[in-house]
Amino acid sequence: MNPVDFVIGHALQWGSVALLMIGLYIVMTRGNLIKKVAGLNIFQGGVFLFYISLSNVRDGTAPIVHEDAVLYTNPLPHVLILTAIVVAVATTSLALALIVRIRESYSSIEEDEMAKADLD
Amino acid sequence: MTEEYSIFGLVVLLIVLALAITRLTSLLAVAILAGAMSFILATVYTLLDAVDVAFTEAVVGAGISLALMLAAISLTTRREEPWRRRSAERILALLVSLASGAGLLYATLDMPLLGDPASPANLHVAARYIAESPASTGVPNMVTAILASYRGFDTLGEVAVIFTAGIGVIALLRHWRKGEA
Repeated sequence: MNPVDFVIGHALQWGSVALLMIGLYIVMTRGNLIKKVAGLNIFQGGVFLFYISLSNVRDGTAPIVHEDAVLYTNPLPHVLILTAIVVAVATTSLALALIVRIRESYSSIEEDEMAKADLD
Repeated sequence: MTEEYSIFGLVVLLIVLALAITRLTSLLAVAILAGAMSFILATVYTLLDAVDVAFTEAVVGAGISLALMLAAISLTTRREEPWRRRSAERILALLVSLASGAGLLYATLDMPLLGDPASPANLHVAARYIAESPASTGVPNMVTAILASYRGFDTLGEVAVIFTAGIGVIALLRHWRKGEA
């Protein structure tokens, strides 16, 4: 196979893997809770991108009935990811509300300062 | 083929933005870059013919998510303290993410290329949905037809999740407002 086609054809999959790695790294290394939530969102973005890349069909059109359309893309992954995006925002909002409460109790949202306050 | 090249460029841009988010310590900048990432994701979805997902990502991901992040930052703090993690911990985290990434990359080598009409994901039930859903539901948009009709219970579950999250947020923040007054 032509190596350029191979790279271009896999670019979205590799890009989503890169986003997953970066998101995972942020979640593991950053102590700031809001930064952790941002890392989690990057991770989720990678998963969504991977899923949508599976649904694409070359020369297909958006899955809306049209008389000139010959080939449609696969609508099923779109449905699953629509649901996932909305659920992701719901969990993000709950996490941020928890962070606001944590800030009230600990007057900090840094992991190490919270651990120190627990020890005192 | 030009679409594939623009997608390639946008994916590179997404990775650069994600790397910038790891380096930045200003949470305001992190929130704004996350919003920018959502808009680029929406553009990629449009190029992949996933128009409904692009709409949702632009409205919910870039709009509501960003507003929630900004609200949380205004209620807490704008700056991330510079990390005081020991370097051994950081190297371990880097190794874990690199190892999982390498496993996933190895798995993608066998995956079908972008836009392959004969890939397993496009063969199973998808053909039936495309052939039958406009006639059997009367909705021209197949994504809407599947979301509201074939997978109606799935959507009901989604609504239950949003409702639970909403109750959770109210329960967490109402108490706090009372305590402050």
